[in-house]
Amino acid sequence: MVNLLLENGDLVVIEQSDFQQLLDVLAERTYQVVGPTIRDSAIIYDEMTSYTKLPIGWTDVQGKGTYRLKRREDDALFGYTVGPHSWKKYLHPPVSYLWRTNTTADGFQVTTAIEEPPKLAFIGVRACELQAIAAQDQVFLQGRFVDADYKARRENIFVVAVNCVQAGGTCFCASLKTGPKATSGFDLALTEVLTGTNHYFLVEIGSSAGADVMQAVTHQPASPAQIEAAEALVEATTQQMGRTLEPLDLKELLYNSYEHPQWDELGERCLGCGSCTMVCPTCFCTTTHDTIDVTGETTAHSKKWDSCFTMTFSYIHGGNVRTPLRSRYRQWLMHKFATWLDQFGRSGCVGCGRCITWCPAYIDITEEIRAIQESTNKQEEKIGGKL
Amino acid sequence: MENFEQLLAAHSFFKGIDAKYISRLAEQATPVSFKAGEYIFHQSEKARQFYLLNEGKVAVEVPTLVHGSITIQTTGQNEILGWSWLFPPYTWHFDARAMEATNALVFDGEWLRGQCEEDHELGYAFMKRISETVVNRLQATRLQLLDVYGIHF
Amino acid sequence: MLPHLFRVHQVHRETVDTFTLQLDPVDERGAVSFVPGQFNMLYLPGAGEVPISVSGDPAQAKHLTHTIRSVGAVTKVMDKLKRGDLLAVRGPFGTHWPVEEAEGNDIVIIAGGLGLAPLRPAFYQVLSDREKYNKVVLLYGARTPQDLLYRHELERWRGLLDVQVEVTVDSPVGGWHGDVGVITTLIPRGHFDPARTVALVCGPEIMMRYTVMELEKREVSQNKIFVSIERNMKCATGFCGHCQLGPIFICKDGPIFRFDLVKDWLGKRDI
Repeated sequence: MVNLLLENGDLVVIEQSDFQQLLDVLAERTYQVVGPTIRDSAIIYDEMTSYTKLPIGWTDVQGKGTYRLKRREDDALFGYTVGPHSWKKYLHPPVSYLWRTNTTADGFQVTTAIEEPPKLAFIGVRACELQAIAAQDQVFLQGRFVDADYKARRENIFVVAVNCVQAGGTCFCASLKTGPKATSGFDLALTEVLTGTNHYFLVEIGSSAGADVMQAVTHQPASPAQIEAAEALVEATTQQMGRTLEPLDLKELLYNSYEHPQWDELGERCLGCGSCTMVCPTCFCTTTHDTIDVTGETTAHSKKWDSCFTMTFSYIHGGNVRTPLRSRYRQWLMHKFATWLDQFGRSGCVGCGRCITWCPAYIDITEEIRAIQESTNKQEEKIGGKL
Repeated sequence: MENFEQLLAAHSFFKGIDAKYISRLAEQATPVSFKAGEYIFHQSEKARQFYLLNEGKVAVEVPTLVHGSITIQTTGQNEILGWSWLFPPYTWHFDARAMEATNALVFDGEWLRGQCEEDHELGYAFMKRISETVVNRLQATRLQLLDVYGIHF
Repeated sequence: MLPHLFRVHQVHRETVDTFTLQLDPVDERGAVSFVPGQFNMLYLPGAGEVPISVSGDPAQAKHLTHTIRSVGAVTKVMDKLKRGDLLAVRGPFGTHWPVEEAEGNDIVIIAGGLGLAPLRPAFYQVLSDREKYNKVVLLYGARTPQDLLYRHELERWRGLLDVQVEVTVDSPVGGWHGDVGVITTLIPRGHFDPARTVALVCGPEIMMRYTVMELEKREVSQNKIFVSIERNMKCATGFCGHCQLGPIFICKDGPIFRFDLVKDWLGKRDI
């Protein structure tokens, strides 16, 4: 093994047979490794100490309102795309406790309930998910206020990204330029290459922490042919991607479409279940709860993922602001593709396709946006014709 | 007389009206004063007066069986009082009571109607101002009915 | 961000469903300083947390004052607080009324219903710096005389010679001798020069919309009109997402806004 010090931006190769070393080295550095694994017929994220817990030889077949696991003809470790989970479950947990109170002689006292976050290594973070993490970073870290819990969690992770070498059935990252290749926000980025008897990972070093970890894993310098093979796979993914979403001028178009009939139509089809907001890796809304223990002595104030599809989300004394479903769907979609841009200077959508896969009413946001785009174009043509 | 012309010209109701009408109206204006609590007119009486309020405050009231008089609206300085003289049966719908010492210029409604019929230009200028007042009061009444301070808005 | 403990110094009942709490910080961590228009998150264990505007005098540094309408699950519990009880507070949060920015101008404060609570600190400040303003007008409307907040103070303010205070009610039950009519009817009566007027408006959104229309009739320009907007709020720091109005986060971009900057959003249905 050539013992040159690795640096940011370096490309090396690790053989599939040495992959377990990566997990072991991370464990040695006291990281709890979490990555994709199969549970309840879906690929979700969970703890693992052995790479054999990965969905080896499995892929997912996704479409509007459908998700199936299928055997692959090879033993790829990362031959699938994203499932119902996203990494926000670790960085922005579904439920977290903010503070507790306990009764004292003259009232009560408040103590923090925020715990020391675990040191986690994420294995298999896709390009779209890195973008989603960056989007949530803006919400929780880069505004006037900083979410201390998120910050502590965020600073405690090691990110092993995986470039997608096949497009998922509902993905549209290529048209949003949020994938399929990870470009930043990772410590290591892998591209899995599996041809005939070759099974290796091209590894891009993304940070000094990444370099330090890779140093301890058996690796070789990447050859031009290996780099080319990996690049070709990622490029093919872009070509394969069936769905597109045209983001050009979309914000302005939507801002002018608050009363578009498509919202009425969506209000008819949408069930208001909020699944899209739960699986969305950028959705960040929460509500709060207070619970009292059975003795009445202690209480806990927690926050919990919330959805703008619930009726009470917009409740102010007297009633809800967004009562019709059309207005709740509109809020969600407008937020992703219009208002998010004004709030954070970027889109709230990363093109992962989860909301399409997990919508029980088969709503496909790319189709809905296209319908609004096309009807508006038609109207413009009509007006043009008259003049 | 000049004093009345000044009062008319300065009153919001006649804002922008042609000067020739100001002097014509001023000739027919009569100053009136009401003490606090004094009734200006009563409902179902014959309505013949158009009041241009210059000072003070007037309550438009409706007498009830067991709750005494209920004020439905108050009007005052720079506003007008009374439009029932414009339309048949020329009868006041409500009571009007001075809430404080009130000064006004009063016009004979019959004479005013006649002037408006004779000179449609004046009639139009006058009706435009009356209808603006009516619209403002209608809008205010609608909001009053909505209970806009309630918890539902 | 943990809430700090405050002890109830006094409870004053304003109306049948509204009360004012004067709170004393339990220790030095509890801040009572604020800028008029700002709000705090008030918390009771087991009940929850609610955003409430500060309604006291910004010049006094002893108590924190909040006027609360008992309408929801949390505020109904707060309605039971007595002197000596504890409450926890996070804040203050949000933007403020442009009270200092309006110096040298006429200032018109227009409140509807509970909307006087967030405006009272601004009015206190204007009164204490009275010489810095030209004309000062307070217009206040409520449903009935029994719904008026701060009745004793209103009486006192009405007696001031250098301030025009007009109060109107929709429905004058119970020996009311003042004006009757919705708040907008007071605007033509305000003694202010529209060309040099800054207007601060607070009340239910519908009341604010019509108030602005009436101010526009008097040619007060929209960029001199400020409104306070209310939405569901869970965190006050832009994280919970509840208070969004289009691209606006009411909690951190507001609650006080220049009207022309938010008018497009206020006019939209179910937004």
